[in-house]
Amino acid sequence: MKDTIAAIATGLSRAGISIIRISGPEAAAVASRLFRVGKKDALRPVDVGSFDSHTVHYGFIVDGAEVIDEVMLLYLKGPRTFTTEETVEIDCHGGILVTKKILSAVLKNGARLAEPGEFTKRAFENGRIDLSQAEAVMDLIAAGNDLALKNSVRQLRGSLRTRILAIRDEILSDVATIEAALDQPEYYSLEGFSSKLLDTVTAQQETISKLIRSFDDGRMLSEGIKTVILGKPNVGKSSLMNLLLGEDRAIVTDIAGTTRDVLSEEMRLNGIPLILIDTAGIHETADPVEQIGVNRAKGQAEEADLILYVADASEPLTDEDEMILRSVTKGKIIPIRNKTDLTVRTDEETFRAFLTRFSIAEEPVSVSAKEGSGLTELSERISELFFKGCLEADDEIVITSERQKECLNEAYESLSRVRESLASGMPEDFLSIDLMGAYGALSRILGEDADEDLINRIFSQFCLGK
Amino acid sequence: MTEIPEFTCDAYDVAVIGAGHAGCEAALAAARLGCETICFTVSTDTIAMMPCNPNIGGTSKGHLVREVDALGGEMGRNIDRSFIQSKMLNGSKGPAVHSLRAQADKQRYTNSMRHIMENTTHLTMKQAEVSELCYETGSDGVKKVTGVKTVSGAFYPAKAVILASGVYLNARCIFGEVSTYTGPNGTPRATHLTDSLIAAGLEMYRFKTGTPARIDKRSIDFSVMEEQYGDEKIVPFSFTNKREDIEREQVPCYLTYTNEETHKIIRANLDRSPLFSGAIEGTGPRYCPSIEDKVVKFPDKDRHQIFLEPEGEYTNEIYLSGMSSSLPEEVQIAMYRSVRGLENAKIVRNAYAIEYDCINATQLYPTLECRKIRGFFSAGQSNGSSGYEEAAAQGIIAGINAARAVQGKEGIVIDRSQGYIGVLIDDLVTKETHEPYRMMTSRAEYRLLLRQDNADLRLTEIGHEVGLISEERYEKFLAKKEAIEAELKRLSEVTLGASAIVCETLKNLGTAEIHTATSLLELLRRPELSYESIAVLDPGRKTLPEDVIEQVVINIRYEGYIERQKQQVEHFKKLENRRIPEDFDYDAVPSLRIEARQKLKQFRPVSLGQASRISGVSPADISVLLVMLQRTLRRDHED
Repeated sequence: MKDTIAAIATGLSRAGISIIRISGPEAAAVASRLFRVGKKDALRPVDVGSFDSHTVHYGFIVDGAEVIDEVMLLYLKGPRTFTTEETVEIDCHGGILVTKKILSAVLKNGARLAEPGEFTKRAFENGRIDLSQAEAVMDLIAAGNDLALKNSVRQLRGSLRTRILAIRDEILSDVATIEAALDQPEYYSLEGFSSKLLDTVTAQQETISKLIRSFDDGRMLSEGIKTVILGKPNVGKSSLMNLLLGEDRAIVTDIAGTTRDVLSEEMRLNGIPLILIDTAGIHETADPVEQIGVNRAKGQAEEADLILYVADASEPLTDEDEMILRSVTKGKIIPIRNKTDLTVRTDEETFRAFLTRFSIAEEPVSVSAKEGSGLTELSERISELFFKGCLEADDEIVITSERQKECLNEAYESLSRVRESLASGMPEDFLSIDLMGAYGALSRILGEDADEDLINRIFSQFCLGK
Repeated sequence: MTEIPEFTCDAYDVAVIGAGHAGCEAALAAARLGCETICFTVSTDTIAMMPCNPNIGGTSKGHLVREVDALGGEMGRNIDRSFIQSKMLNGSKGPAVHSLRAQADKQRYTNSMRHIMENTTHLTMKQAEVSELCYETGSDGVKKVTGVKTVSGAFYPAKAVILASGVYLNARCIFGEVSTYTGPNGTPRATHLTDSLIAAGLEMYRFKTGTPARIDKRSIDFSVMEEQYGDEKIVPFSFTNKREDIEREQVPCYLTYTNEETHKIIRANLDRSPLFSGAIEGTGPRYCPSIEDKVVKFPDKDRHQIFLEPEGEYTNEIYLSGMSSSLPEEVQIAMYRSVRGLENAKIVRNAYAIEYDCINATQLYPTLECRKIRGFFSAGQSNGSSGYEEAAAQGIIAGINAARAVQGKEGIVIDRSQGYIGVLIDDLVTKETHEPYRMMTSRAEYRLLLRQDNADLRLTEIGHEVGLISEERYEKFLAKKEAIEAELKRLSEVTLGASAIVCETLKNLGTAEIHTATSLLELLRRPELSYESIAVLDPGRKTLPEDVIEQVVINIRYEGYIERQKQQVEHFKKLENRRIPEDFDYDAVPSLRIEARQKLKQFRPVSLGQASRISGVSPADISVLLVMLQRTLRRDHED
């Protein structure tokens, strides 16, 4: 039986809508694990497989407790689908971040990332598309694989490769030790080996999970640092956004609350990719439309890699400023004192003292969005924050593709099984099964064929003879 | 030179060239399947000779022997008749790597196999050197075997020919500056056949192996060595034998070590070793290096283990396992005498290296039939493998398939998920090995399923279908299978309540109490409990044979791992079952990478699975092939 595959069907762009497609016998089951219906504050799970075929359903995609997006879900029972298999399509709100996050959640819940051209391949295998398309499909597959390989090779220069090679080498050496002893039990003993192995495997898992965490850093590099401009109404958030973008993107007026929704733009600041997000000013409001904007702003802040918290230098700090800082729990923050061109009511010292109350040690930046001053300092600060030691300690080592992440996860899980086997006192030959599983997963990241490695290693490391 | 007149001799269905471990199994299988079979050997005194180590089995090799037995082969029964010590290796490890190994009385092994060969219906022994493989080329350009010729000019027509020439093709034995042009132990070699095979279009390799000296038992001081005994409770190799049928008094082996002095002597004389001087051109195996190889490759090891193994009860000769060499005679004497306990050693036979011709086995189908010549099969060391057991495993498959070819039936293939035999043959015909190939458990990716204890469960069915397993044996096998299933079912159904008595009993057995009703099967998952130990909780139990209990316990205890491998096998089978038509036109698939296309054209894999294991063929190439095959299939369907 085939497994269940998933991929983004629309390509990554800033299109209004993106589609994630899941195909295979488990498609509905996977979707059921993520899809929730009902009111946003009272979401409940639903069995997607119980929907009528070819129907559309409104709901939310969740990843654990986190609600990722509001979506339309399309359920298609086989065989009247593109691949002829059970298929679920999730239409979400475009945007690279959200789309990838949903894909991630889908992969975490039982689907495998589709190979390039795999949907088409399945469609063909299952007799869905006609013969004349076969050649095209093959070219697609061949090209896709080449591209994927090239990409991964390109991404794997330098220290990530070195790091993976090092773990892989350790694993192979341990397996060779086990296998040599199994092959020549009268020549090699495994006494005391298991306890040593536990330490090695634990250390390897730490390294691997660090690499997995670096996936988010890699994402920031390749997709942009999600930067949310946050502040109470009319402190000049939109002006700051326009200043950064160098264009009049956000509507700027003197009326507080002009920005009622979230505006998002991609840009480069001194070469650093940013996804700049302007938000509605956060404050208590009775206006229901404005309230939605405020809630969205808070939601964005929670997902941000970086928060530019803007305060008005020409006004005193208020309860609303406190409310904002209290609601910010994650991400790096740069406090900004805007409107320094006006009469100052909040000076730097007051601002700093205020920030200290919320344990924000980050030095504030003074800006006048109107006059365009302070921009250089701001961009320097951003680059300092992200590329001088604030990313994972190994700022060079980042993984950037979902495929690599999947392989690392697999290696990690294999090593977990090794630890379980160790804990339950399984004989050593069981250990090498999962160690080789981890080895294979790591080899796949490097695009290498691991077939003969073990045999070669046994011979080079151990003296086997008759 | 006078031309030898040729004449036509008796015709046979199957002709086997060689009567070593591959040749014997091949000839026996073919004859037992009803084919008139002739088996050629350079000397009928050396049928199933063991020219190197005096043991059968060992890690992974023991698996092979039991598989051969499950298919209806002879090796297992023959070693059960002739062993002088038996041991289950890796007993403290998992069941998948338990491996049976027995020391053989070499003479008894040879004699009893000779007896079987000489008394099998449809089988004729013939002492003669085969000099030529005869074939005809059809109008379609396809070569087909017609028989073999011997040096004396006799032409034996045969519908199928099996090459099992071992190390005899153009063999040369070497130590120091001395070369003798003979097979092992001074037996005649075969000097003509290689040329005939090359002329027939086959690609040949030249491989090398070696053997240690044999020492006179009376000159050895065993008192300074460690004694090594066999198991008290031995396990027969053959599934047809019971322990009590073959139990006997066993002979010990001995362990000693080389030392710095030994290594110094070797280092000082390396330039006189043909291995290092360049006098040997053949490729030697990495796993069975000579002692000079070991000293050079592992300079940090200050000693190497040497096992002293008797060659049999009929002789005083002792085999020095771990110390094969091709150093000059006087260096050998000094070297061996530097070892503790061997100070006064008298060498009966010198150690030597041997070079020989073999074929590149990637020219064979997984049935062991040659791609280039229909009806021509090859098995054993002539395929570049090493070891008696590897030879026997290929022999029985070649014998079965030659017989089936003669009878117009499709050949059988044991795949990698069914047996070590499958792993062995698939590796030989799919991976270009440039050294003698030895079986290892680490080569088997589904090792947990391919245990020596369940070889019968895996392969008896096939042996029966083929016709090598008697009805009587098959009935017994079915009964065993049923008993295993019934007991597993019973254990899952018998549940214990969490009563005070049960909990007390469990506590006494050193395991945790239960809180809800628990089946016996659940209890057996606990590593601290055994089938025997829970007998007190299982009064309804019937007495079952040990081999049934063994299967039951393994299945319960390792279920998680076994299930996982079964899933992998399912995945594996998908590609394996996708056959590639023989005349598939790889050039018509533009999306294949050039390297892949070349390799695929060269190997002509029979299935997508085999294609995927060829080095240089990537997963993307396999995807492309998959689509293309589908297309071809559908087009044929529509036509």
